[in-house]
Amino acid sequence: MTTKLFGEPVRRREDARLITGQGRYLDDLGAGALAAAFVRSPHAHARIVDIDVSAALDVEGLVAIYTWEDLPGALAEPLPLLIPHPALTHGRTAYPLAREIVRHVGEPVVMVVARDRYLAEDACALIRVDYEILKPVVGVEEAVRGVHLVHEDVPGNVGAHLVQEVPGPAGQTAWEAIDAAPHRLEFRLDVERSASMPLEGKGVYARWDADDESLRVYSSTQTSTSVRMAIAAKLGLPLPKVEVIAPDVGGGFGVKIMHPWPEEVLVPWAARQLNHEVKWTEDRREHFVSSSHERGQVQHVRVGFDDDGRVLGLEVEILHDHGAYTPYGIIVPIITSTQLLGPYKVGAYRVEFSSVYTNTVQVTPYRGAGRPQGVFCMERTMDKIAAYLGKDRTEVRAANFIQPDEFPYDQGLTFQDGRPLIYDSGDYPEALRMLKELIGWDSFPEEKARAAAEGRRIGIGVGCYVEGTGVGPYEGGHVQITSDGRVHVSTGLTSQGQGHETVFAQIAATELGVPIEKVSVVTGDTRRFGYAVGTFASRAAVMSGNAIALACRKVREKALRIAAEALEADPRDLEITDGMVHVSGVPSASIPLATVAVLSNPLRYAFDEEARRATQFAGPASDDRPPVAEGEEPGLEGRDYYSPIRSTFAAGMHAAIVETDPDTAEIKILRYAVVHDCGRLINPMIVEGQIHGGVAQGVGGALYEKMVYDEHGQLLNASFMDFLMPYATEVPRVETAHLETPSPLNPLGIKGAGEAGVIPVSAVVASAIEDAEGIPIDRMPISPSDLHALRQAR
Amino acid sequence: MNETRHHVTLTVNGVVREATVPGRRLLSDCLRHDLGLTGTHVGCEHGVCGACTVLLDGEPVRSCLTLAVTADGHEITTVEGLARDGEPSPVQRAFAECHALQCGFCTPGFLCTLTAFLRDNPAPTEEEALEAVAGNLCRCTGYQNILKAVHRAAELQAEEGGA
Repeated sequence: MTTKLFGEPVRRREDARLITGQGRYLDDLGAGALAAAFVRSPHAHARIVDIDVSAALDVEGLVAIYTWEDLPGALAEPLPLLIPHPALTHGRTAYPLAREIVRHVGEPVVMVVARDRYLAEDACALIRVDYEILKPVVGVEEAVRGVHLVHEDVPGNVGAHLVQEVPGPAGQTAWEAIDAAPHRLEFRLDVERSASMPLEGKGVYARWDADDESLRVYSSTQTSTSVRMAIAAKLGLPLPKVEVIAPDVGGGFGVKIMHPWPEEVLVPWAARQLNHEVKWTEDRREHFVSSSHERGQVQHVRVGFDDDGRVLGLEVEILHDHGAYTPYGIIVPIITSTQLLGPYKVGAYRVEFSSVYTNTVQVTPYRGAGRPQGVFCMERTMDKIAAYLGKDRTEVRAANFIQPDEFPYDQGLTFQDGRPLIYDSGDYPEALRMLKELIGWDSFPEEKARAAAEGRRIGIGVGCYVEGTGVGPYEGGHVQITSDGRVHVSTGLTSQGQGHETVFAQIAATELGVPIEKVSVVTGDTRRFGYAVGTFASRAAVMSGNAIALACRKVREKALRIAAEALEADPRDLEITDGMVHVSGVPSASIPLATVAVLSNPLRYAFDEEARRATQFAGPASDDRPPVAEGEEPGLEGRDYYSPIRSTFAAGMHAAIVETDPDTAEIKILRYAVVHDCGRLINPMIVEGQIHGGVAQGVGGALYEKMVYDEHGQLLNASFMDFLMPYATEVPRVETAHLETPSPLNPLGIKGAGEAGVIPVSAVVASAIEDAEGIPIDRMPISPSDLHALRQAR
Repeated sequence: MNETRHHVTLTVNGVVREATVPGRRLLSDCLRHDLGLTGTHVGCEHGVCGACTVLLDGEPVRSCLTLAVTADGHEITTVEGLARDGEPSPVQRAFAECHALQCGFCTPGFLCTLTAFLRDNPAPTEEEALEAVAGNLCRCTGYQNILKAVHRAAELQAEEGGA
């Protein structure tokens, strides 16, 4: 029986509980907890004049009402600015509860705690907050005009300004290269806001143990270790007195890597104040108006190119809307401006962004994290060059590709991890060849002509991307084999549906030579593993996967050492198969890992039959050696960390065929094809699932989803009724093919896959609609009425 | 400001359960917080996402749009009640087999919806299957494997019926 499970479509070990209603999501916990609810600002920009809670005091079951004035110490200070950057000269973060000024609709002003959520909301409704309304700033262009300010002390509403420049081969600047190029184009692109929108919103549940003076917090988060540190800092508690657990989490997609949310510090604080469990579960409207959005950008592009469509110089100016606050720094526009280059060599490059304040919900990463905007920019550019030169769009792309023999390829920029943007491996020409074959690119003109003959309008589009995945600084893994032969794996990062329990078990089972049924995996529980960064940037498999593999290798080495002694063999002659350590080729000379685990831990006390074998009178021992040899530790366990020198770069290419209705301007995706390269696949079933889900979110961003703010800063579509998330009827079937160029940077040769599906979709769909309609498509999403307006304006 | 409370008797997953609830208490909250059946999830609180779907006298309803008092005296099946004799139902098995769930939050709603659908239409066409799942939101899977699971569940159901 083989235990090699790496690369197999192993069924998910999470599913048994999730299909039977036995999952434990945040709101499933804490049956006896008090409920928190929040009074949130109804205005985009206002000064709080007075808060009158008197009418709420009679509400049955009311326990407490808190405003900013009640908050002690560090809790009364602004929330952390998580990722400082020298270019973020005017970073601003919110207070957990608004102090004096509110800067977006939905900002929390008052926290109410009551016996249940209904009563807490009753009290919220009776609290009267008087506001002096200030002028709101909505939209990036209004923001940079700087007539009204979101923060009084931030001139021009500019939080950050960053320029990165890469000279051309002959040292020329992008401006020089563009001006000297045989052909030039200049245009503007717009991408609207969307949001992660997991089906489960955020939530926090806190238990204060007054006897032990310790706090246990459950949060629907993508980073329990970091939430833990934030809570300890904000509440002034020693770190060992705080534990944070991410239970089953109903989707994250980026919004839950942002932390600490106001509620993540307020709810634990209230639990301690009240000496009672407190829980807050975000409702959908709260999620729309207080959890992060992303994507919104305006881009101005200038490009110079030669007769073959080779880019000689590219200049991009980005106006990035980061909303009212910058708790996550400027990661999103940094990623846009660096990942924009994709699989191409663009000669000289200059990218400049201004990240600006508006009186809207803050912007922090949503799956793709700035890449969809960058790819939209680059791929629109490629299509425009092709159209200008009258060339095939794939030919222009191929002319600009980095070639397989050019890796590692240094793009000359600084990536989001502060490290050089150096691509580790890839094969872009092969990926494009595979994609063209999969979608039938070369035969499409005939198909289009046939459709046209029937009065139908169809078009084909293409989009390519490179995605830096598995950013550092590190993740760790701990592996313990207990005397019952079970393997307990833990890692600090969290899971939101990616199937980590399965893929990490596959890795451990393969590395250790044990049946997967013996392996259990715990993620996101600081009681089990305290050091971690979190789940984002398609990094979990790369970071924790490799850390767990390295930890397994340590354990394996130790197991072989102990077994060798027991079997009187050379450890180099041993292997582990199906949980048995045996001499290669001599299956009879074997010892179960369970027994090795017993032997690894010399005991004084026996508590079961297995343990008896390791007690001090159980067998012969060397009198001249200590029971635990020098350099050894008791127990068959190991811990290791993976900290990469830099990110690994996955890549992919998508193509779509769309049909547009000549009368109604309805847009339908007829086919969608994906060629994807994330290095070695751990579980192809799970990778495909990630791609399917990513493409669906991409389709949402391309055709349906946007955050509709009016000029007063009111979000007009803050519900699932109005924010059009795709149903099954809107998502095409995704046809996939995989290319595997292993990463040379990590032991398993893997790259990340989590965000891949979403990244190029807007670019691909725009490309296809443009092909169908012959009208430039320069803003996304595009609705039938948008397309109708474009037709009218032609 | 004490609310009037009402005594309700529900037969949930074949077991008679009782609760005393205010008139405004949603069935979803009653199931989850009064009866401890947290498998039913709430994703939007206004009947759009379908995560809270349960079967009321065998028919799918949005439990976030149903008051607990209106379910008094009725039979309810939640995701916890879909398994038979401890064995996952064909729909449940098909979801696991086809990788039709990722985070699993929306899954109970799909499972309940499809249990009723496949009872009434044991051999659906592609179009009918699409129609059946088109009232539920999923943010993880892109629906492709959910659609696959509908047909797989129909197969498993037919095998079981034939056995």
